[in-house]
Amino acid sequence: MAQEQVEEYLEAIYDIAGTEGTAKTTAIAKCLKVAPASVTEALQSLAEKNLVNYEPYKGASLTDQGKKIAETIKRRHRLLEVFLADVLHINRNKVHDEACRMEHTISEDTENALCRMLNAPARCPHGSPITPCAKGVGSCSECDLLPGSGAALPEELRTAAIIPITHLSPLEKGSIAFIRGDCRVVQRLSDLGLTLGTTVSVTRKAPLNGPVEVFVRRTKLAIDHTIAENIFVDVARRDRA
Amino acid sequence: MSGSCGCKGCPSKDDTKIKDAEFTVALAGNANVGKSVTFNQLTGVDQIIGNWPGKTVERAEGLLQYKGHRIRVIDLPGIYSFSTYSMEELVSRDYIALEHPDAVVNVIDASALERNLFFTIQLLELAPPLLISVNQIDLAQKKGISIDVEKLSCLLGVPVIPTVAIRGKGIDTLTDAILDLAQHHPVPPDLKYGKEVEERIGKLVPRLGELAISYPVRFTAIKLLERDPSIVKLVQDHDPAIVATADALAAEIEAIHGESVCVVMSAERYNVADRIAAEVITVKDPENGIQKKSMSDRIDSVALHPFLGYLAVLLVIGGLLVWTFVVGARISEILQSLLSQIEPYEPVVTGPIAGILWNGAFSGLVAGITLVIPYVLPFYLLLAVMEDSGYLTRIAVMLDRGMHKIGLHGKAVIPLILGYGCNVPACFSCRIMESPKQKLLAAFLVTLIPCTARTVVILGLVGQFVGIGWALALYAFDILLIIIVGRIAYRVVPGESVGLIMEMPDYHVPSASVVVKQTWARTKSLIWFVFPAYIVGSALIQVFYAVGLLNPVNNLLAPITVLWLGLPVVVGITLIFGIVRKELTILTLAVIFGSTNFAAFLTPVQLIVIALVSMLYIPCISVILVLASEFGWKRSLQISLVEVAVAIGIGGIAFRLLTPFMG
Repeated sequence: MAQEQVEEYLEAIYDIAGTEGTAKTTAIAKCLKVAPASVTEALQSLAEKNLVNYEPYKGASLTDQGKKIAETIKRRHRLLEVFLADVLHINRNKVHDEACRMEHTISEDTENALCRMLNAPARCPHGSPITPCAKGVGSCSECDLLPGSGAALPEELRTAAIIPITHLSPLEKGSIAFIRGDCRVVQRLSDLGLTLGTTVSVTRKAPLNGPVEVFVRRTKLAIDHTIAENIFVDVARRDRA
Repeated sequence: MSGSCGCKGCPSKDDTKIKDAEFTVALAGNANVGKSVTFNQLTGVDQIIGNWPGKTVERAEGLLQYKGHRIRVIDLPGIYSFSTYSMEELVSRDYIALEHPDAVVNVIDASALERNLFFTIQLLELAPPLLISVNQIDLAQKKGISIDVEKLSCLLGVPVIPTVAIRGKGIDTLTDAILDLAQHHPVPPDLKYGKEVEERIGKLVPRLGELAISYPVRFTAIKLLERDPSIVKLVQDHDPAIVATADALAAEIEAIHGESVCVVMSAERYNVADRIAAEVITVKDPENGIQKKSMSDRIDSVALHPFLGYLAVLLVIGGLLVWTFVVGARISEILQSLLSQIEPYEPVVTGPIAGILWNGAFSGLVAGITLVIPYVLPFYLLLAVMEDSGYLTRIAVMLDRGMHKIGLHGKAVIPLILGYGCNVPACFSCRIMESPKQKLLAAFLVTLIPCTARTVVILGLVGQFVGIGWALALYAFDILLIIIVGRIAYRVVPGESVGLIMEMPDYHVPSASVVVKQTWARTKSLIWFVFPAYIVGSALIQVFYAVGLLNPVNNLLAPITVLWLGLPVVVGITLIFGIVRKELTILTLAVIFGSTNFAAFLTPVQLIVIALVSMLYIPCISVILVLASEFGWKRSLQISLVEVAVAIGIGGIAFRLLTPFMG
């Protein structure tokens, strides 16, 4: 089974059932436009490689390893879509198919370079969220400092970084890129004015990881540190003093 | 908020007068915008206002008489949105949608126009006869913000009146506008959202128009898209197909934006709010007009300083307690000597039963008065000053991290501090916590806070006869115990804890009327709950005492009091009396020993053990009742039993640990 084919299958299961659910053989067959019999065969082979858990008649779900590959491919796919649409100005209707073909061939370096060049976009042109990279860095600025990556793009192209609001220094401004967390908390925050794209600044951080005081739409809010850590902002670097 | 558990079931003359008013007007708006001040200006009725976000949970109403018209004014809770399904939001929304007030006045803060307009926009979805009062226009001007009121009125399609409610400016114009609105009931125009959303609202509106639903059609359509549980259920009963369509349309919106539809709608509303605000606001000196160091910022650089901030918290709370008890003790003495001239309030246990009852009831009243007036009242007065100035929110921020350890967050400092006055209003004020778990946890811990009655016991027994150091040690131990018990309860109590999200209002000089009203609101709940319990309880206990239940009860409790706690057998009954009124333990001891020189009858260890047990076992009958009314009898009794067990357990351990050192 070719690597590209493996990835297509994992992606299909991810699209149908997400990271936790089980995708039925018939659904996979329909999605990939192949015969159900060949799907069964492919799933058995993937199960041998420990990429999916396959149960005959029930379907397949992703293993941790399979999940990782599927998420990487999805991330590359959506980054490529942004690149094709926003940089190359290719028609939005065509970027999906184009990205589908390219996603299997690009390397991790290319993926990271795309992410930096595009300022770590939060969404693909169709609005689906682009998962943050799995590099275990706290922020995009840390990513830029990793060996070998800093030189990948000229400085003038890298104008923004996505960091948690808790990493903003006082009076530094950022605009909300995305908020993670419980939907009621996200709702509460957006009701208080923290909607995507809103400019915010941190006026004060209480000691000992206490609440963060955020200035938004002419008001000051005290926000629990853990909640604030999940509010990610886009910092325009040229605004930095 | 603190509970003003008004007198239920006894409509006063004022009530009926308000109800037959010609028009009804509702005040709506965010917290901290001066809505309650506006309400006071319009009606002059007592009402709580302060700097605590989300305060006015209960509905306040008053009567406005103007140009021969009688207008009933309802003050709705201060809320930011109609989307998080809190009780305050549901109450406000349903009031406006279903009770059809003749006019709704949306009070907004001129300094935070965008966030306030976000709420205005949601009010417009409900399409009531709406009018906007742009308040605190003077403060905005100080910050360099000026607002084109006429343009705002034009863009929103509703009348807009600038006011400075705290000084009564613009109130006459506002009242004229209210009257005009109430007489003509104009329907405000719809504000349009983005195309993606409007298209989908448009698909639902015609179909909803055919149903007989009491909510406005456009509002219902929007709420269906937001999957609002109560509206979905309502429409489901009429026509499940519409709900299914709305759900599919909502899924389309989510697919386009990749966000939950509620968050998309918030963003849509803020888009409109931002657009309107940008058109009507002129900011002078935009570079540093807003960011410039204001007075609030300068105070905060101390109040929220990593070291000075904690020092300030310690000094302020410590000072508050010490001042209260130094001053309180003096006033209490004076009051007692005054009241004892009217009638002796030492327990009388012989003679006719009516005499005993009367004596008991009177001594209960005296006890109430000598506690509430000297201790609780000044304490709450000072606390209200701190609250209205805005400092209490800073204490909440400073102590937030510590509160996390016991599953609470910064806002819980207010019930906990209130608890040092009296646990009853403190338990009511636990309503400010967001999740049911945090409400319960906060209330539980409040009951472990030594209130003024318990302080009287601690100071009267330990402070006076063992040493003030030991009394303070008991307080310190109590805080330690609260942390330990809190940590355990945090694990045991089911449910989730939510983190702090709180508005930080600017500091301002507290207004006397606001402070007095806030203090009264809290003390009022004390009078409704505590005084009756004091009076009835004291009378009953006196009777039990008189009919000779003393010795049997003492003997029954002897295994605990004598064997485990190492106390004289007579202490048993005092602990039972203490359930009615904590300070009754000390009064009863005085009666039993026939002297207030307790050191002659009790060893220092015994004094400490009695004070310790009194501090910890069941708050008192009033608190048990309040807990039952807020959380149900099961929870109330569980808390009481746990505390009795903890008190007896710790009392016995203290007896054994302290005896070798103190004899």
